[in-house]
Amino acid sequence: MKNFNKMAYPYIIWMTVMIVVPMLMIVLYACTVQGNSVLTFQFTLENFARFFSDSIFPTVLWRSLKMAVITTVICILIGYPCAYVMAKMKPDSQAMAVLLITLPMWINMLVRTYAWKGILDWLQAGSEISVYIGMVYNFLPFMILQIYTSLSKIDPNLIIAAGDLGANDRQTFMKVTLPLSLPGVISGITLVFLPAVSSFFIPKLLGGGQYVLIGNLIEDYFIKTGDWNFGSAISLIMAIIILISMYVTRKLDKAAKEDD
Amino acid sequence: MKQKRGILSKIYFALIMVFFYVPIVYVVFFSFNSSKSLSKFTGFSLKWYQAMFANRSIMEAIWYTVLCAVIATIVSTIVGTITAIGLSKNRKVIRELVTQVNNLPMLNPEIVTAIGLMLFFTSLRIQTGFTTMVLAHIAFCIPYVMLSVTPRLRQLDPNLSDAALDLGCTPWQAMTKVIIPQIKGSIVAGALVAFSMSFDDFVISMFTTGPGVSNISIYVYSNVKRVNPTINALSAIIVYVITIVLIIVNVVPMLRERKQKKEVLDA
Repeated sequence: MKNFNKMAYPYIIWMTVMIVVPMLMIVLYACTVQGNSVLTFQFTLENFARFFSDSIFPTVLWRSLKMAVITTVICILIGYPCAYVMAKMKPDSQAMAVLLITLPMWINMLVRTYAWKGILDWLQAGSEISVYIGMVYNFLPFMILQIYTSLSKIDPNLIIAAGDLGANDRQTFMKVTLPLSLPGVISGITLVFLPAVSSFFIPKLLGGGQYVLIGNLIEDYFIKTGDWNFGSAISLIMAIIILISMYVTRKLDKAAKEDD
Repeated sequence: MKQKRGILSKIYFALIMVFFYVPIVYVVFFSFNSSKSLSKFTGFSLKWYQAMFANRSIMEAIWYTVLCAVIATIVSTIVGTITAIGLSKNRKVIRELVTQVNNLPMLNPEIVTAIGLMLFFTSLRIQTGFTTMVLAHIAFCIPYVMLSVTPRLRQLDPNLSDAALDLGCTPWQAMTKVIIPQIKGSIVAGALVAFSMSFDDFVISMFTTGPGVSNISIYVYSNVKRVNPTINALSAIIVYVITIVLIIVNVVPMLRERKQKKEVLDA
């Protein structure tokens, strides 16, 4: 099939130019001083030193991580029972419930976030609570759908078997349903945590600009200050932390599976 | 006991639905308000819709959003499909490599992908604007199209395209007459995902566009620092369009199925 394999080559070039090179550009900018040109690079680690020497930046990073973790936990706590309820519905109602949860996701995220602004202003909610509501609102559907998918894949015979073998409802849930639904929870965590850490428009729209997260810092350094080198360094630090947390999550998932 | 639990789960699900739909209803409701307030309804009026249609920047933003999504969908669907077909006939190493690189933007936060592209365009001294935004959209849409088409390609019988070539088809004919008709469904699904990703995108557009070019998301982002009921009208219109489209998409197949069942029964 020599004739077909060449068809993939143009994309390999495109992919290198549009995906790989931009990633390398961030690393390059993060490790060089401001005002360098393509011909004269001056390598430095000062951008990273600056991030950790100032107390503001680590505080913002810590706040973003804390916020993303709390958002993820709230989404699991609210989303799991909801997915469980859905998985127990009649097949027709299940399809309807999935449609009802998917429908708001089709509406532009900015519009959905803006939709809360009026209500939250009216309720005079504080900026921190507003940001949490905005985050949970935007990301909860992903969590529900992931958990629902893994719950609905569970063979109902397993539940019946557990009951026949003398397990009560609680034991069946803890020993059968919950472990089998963990892959859904894990992919839900990925889909919530990742965008929550880096989100910058939710804090901006609902936090009234007073609630700064790491995404806002990156935005400011690129759009307002124009210090792209430092902005790149912040993004790189964030990307590395996210990669590490994803790696840890996957390891935990594997460890949990090996336990069974 | 069982019944009580059933009622409790219904109430719980209903509460979640209230959480999901209250803001949407709220936005639509206040888009008909006669005053600027977003908390007191002073009377019915369509003036915010009029203001919206008279607002040139909003109309331009809608136009750019649609145009960008259409171009990005067409290009990424064609390129993604051709690449996926090409890859399916390549060695495993190359397939794995492309998959891994395609995964990069999905594993990274969007803002990282966005600033990467921004740095890339500006270092090449390309003036950012509509073209760079479309290029960026094509770049992030192609992996989604491939994600949709590749699994379907794996299920195909390779003998069919081989037979077409043996019987004198050119590779182009083998592709358009044999392979593509078999994977049509997954191509359409990929195109739909690409369109909605592009239509809703904010972060990547924001960093790759230039002065004077905004899509709907960017417009909303830069105009909501103060109360702005024209944004409610814009949001409401998006809600109407999406509801109508989703109803058509979900109800039409249901009606068709019912009709088929009826025909079977009649026969």
